[in-house]
Amino acid sequence: MSLLREIRFTLNGVERRLSVPITMTALAMLRDVLNMTGTKYGCGEGECGACTILVDGQTVNSCIMFAVDCDGREVKTIEGVAADEQWRPLREALVEHGGVQCGFCTPGMVVQASHVLSKNPHADHHAIKRGLEGNLCRCTGYKKIIDAVAAVAGEQEVVP
Amino acid sequence: MSAIERYELPDTVEQAAEILRGGDVTVLAGGTDLMPQMQAGRVAFGKVLMNVRRCAGLAGIAVEAGRIRIGALTTITDLLEHDLIRRHLPVLSDAADKFASGQIRNMGTVGGNICNASPAGDTLVPLLVLDAEVELVSKPDGHLAIRQLPLRDFFSGPGRTARRPDELLTAVLVPMPPPGFRAGFAKLGIRPALDISIVSVAVGGVVADGTIAGARVAFGAVGPRPLRGTGTEAALEGQPLAQALIEAAACTARDEVTPIDDLRATAWYRREMIHSLTKKVLTDVAAA
Repeated sequence: MSLLREIRFTLNGVERRLSVPITMTALAMLRDVLNMTGTKYGCGEGECGACTILVDGQTVNSCIMFAVDCDGREVKTIEGVAADEQWRPLREALVEHGGVQCGFCTPGMVVQASHVLSKNPHADHHAIKRGLEGNLCRCTGYKKIIDAVAAVAGEQEVVP
Repeated sequence: MSAIERYELPDTVEQAAEILRGGDVTVLAGGTDLMPQMQAGRVAFGKVLMNVRRCAGLAGIAVEAGRIRIGALTTITDLLEHDLIRRHLPVLSDAADKFASGQIRNMGTVGGNICNASPAGDTLVPLLVLDAEVELVSKPDGHLAIRQLPLRDFFSGPGRTARRPDELLTAVLVPMPPPGFRAGFAKLGIRPALDISIVSVAVGGVVADGTIAGARVAFGAVGPRPLRGTGTEAALEGQPLAQALIEAAACTARDEVTPIDDLRATAWYRREMIHSLTKKVLTDVAAA
């Protein structure tokens, strides 16, 4: 049995306190301990972005983050982003542009897109593409997702 | 499965050095290399896992005695966005821009990238042409001991460095580049994002009246460690940075590297790409 450590952090604005094995990933803590299953397990090695969460306002891959490293920090998951009215246009644009197909990448994509738009509210297609480079989607071919985020950023659709 | 007996979260470098002195410590910073290596069974953990996140004095970028001090906990995103780096060491912010993905840039640290000592590490190649030194702190006999070591002497093999087990890498120190210094970096991957470099090249030097002086060249992913291309540097030194020289230097670069075949590329392809990228970076530096 792995060594346990008690940690305290804020999860989507709510104070949490729990004991986690020190080698556990933040993703396993969210999904398996806290039952917050919006955040997805994709590749398990930081390549696909399905597990993207916000920690202290920065997006990270929760699958390669140590759960103990959440201690004292502010964690926001897709459940928190989804509850935030600020990002309703982003969610609606993804639906409208067909940016959601199987949906598995969507939570990570939404969290990362919200971060890209927070840092650069008028991101153009190139900046959006760069911003989402750490998120893989195997359905849409990305164009619909990028168009959706661009629509929120006030961009017109660009015909390539 | 896990043999870890203690988890430590030091507040100061001194505490961290004290913990390291106790021996058998695995240091955790961003975790982006450590966690996948642990899950793949490629890293044997020590009895102590020490998370240095709260260690005061490991963060921040500042000018100090004519050098830019980059704290070990500086993230790759910080390198990309920090004004001092963009202004004085643009080759390093350019490499940060080509590093992994936004999520990993937000987590991964400069100190971690250096200590992980991957031959393909993307900050290492530009740091080598910037003549960076690393600062290592230990507490061998009750007193803090600080030593500085040129980065080019730091790497000893894949994942192996000159850091003693009781030392903590606290910062990387980069001399302020001289006036007229120009540098460039290029990496080759199958896609721009999230690819481990097949090869990478950085070149730097002072270009005045079309002539390059103090030429420095470094290569990634062509040997057991990132390394300086001393033959290519000698070929460039003091010469007019014209087409013929660029071509000759690119051939020297191709001939002086000794890459291996692996799953990412063959040795032959790597040598050819070293030729192409060296030519490209030198052409960019000449035109800058």
